[in-house]
Amino acid sequence: MSRRARLVFFAVAVTGLAVTLGIGLAGLPSFGGQLSAYARMLNELAPQQRHVTDVVSAISFDYRGIDTLFEEFILLSAVASISVLLRPLSDETRRLPEDKAPDRTIPPPSPAVWLLAVFLSSLLLLTGLETVTHGQLTPGGGFQGGVVLASGLYVVYLGTNYATVERFQPDALLESSDGLGAFGYVVIGLLGLLAGTSFLSNVVSLGITGDAVSSGTIQLLNVVVGVEVFGGFAILASEFLDQTAVVRTRQR
Amino acid sequence: MSQAVIAVALVWVAAAGTAVVLTRDPLRQAFTAGFFGLALAFFYLSVQAGDVALSQIVVGAIALPLIVLLSLAKVGKDQK
Repeated sequence: MSRRARLVFFAVAVTGLAVTLGIGLAGLPSFGGQLSAYARMLNELAPQQRHVTDVVSAISFDYRGIDTLFEEFILLSAVASISVLLRPLSDETRRLPEDKAPDRTIPPPSPAVWLLAVFLSSLLLLTGLETVTHGQLTPGGGFQGGVVLASGLYVVYLGTNYATVERFQPDALLESSDGLGAFGYVVIGLLGLLAGTSFLSNVVSLGITGDAVSSGTIQLLNVVVGVEVFGGFAILASEFLDQTAVVRTRQR
Repeated sequence: MSQAVIAVALVWVAAAGTAVVLTRDPLRQAFTAGFFGLALAFFYLSVQAGDVALSQIVVGAIALPLIVLLSLAKVGKDQK
């Protein structure tokens, strides 16, 4: 395509985009305008109906729980496909090349970095658990907390080396936690069917609003999502780290 | 007051987004993209969307730079 034709094509496309986007934006409610009727209704009803203080959690894990179920499986399949894509190929090996200078070892990271990693990883573990288990009370929940938990592993890598991280992350356990987390979502959904109502209905005792254990299945779903996301992101990181630190092209 | 915070957040998002586009080197782009993620998180927080801000922080500050940096390291190692 010549330069001129491309410019004409661009001009047509950009005009079309500007017009449709302009019409669309003109129909939006004004910035900072009143809440929609749906939002006002949920703000009023969710704390009473579901005993939550974070209405967003009630929406994503209860009122629209089925959407989150699909998102969990999107994440599961994405992580599975990355694992398949990043497997060592037939012309790649995990064996390290022969060490030409065995007397020269890689210097360990400085004590300051090591101390920071120990401090930060325990802090991340605590923050992650807090975020996962308090999903119904404060912003955050299974997804955010799960990623924070997985990032604790990356910090171990920053402060030590890859061999230490591999000891901390048993692959089989991570893979099963990814699958079990996603499966747990379905099982909690099936509780509703067992109780004689619909799939994913909130049939567990709701407790008192604001308590550490409250909101019934919303909290349980947050926990299983946290397990799944932790497993998924840890696998993701370990696959990429494997590719960078271990897997290399086989020498001929 | 809250209007001023939102205005600052919007300007920051616009500046950071432009910076990501104008950075040509992928390695540096990973860092500017991280700053862009931080700007977005601040913007979501300024309009009181705490849950979205947290998701943005974990994805923009942890997941995205990690994957970009490790991919760059892998590609660089193979070219050597």
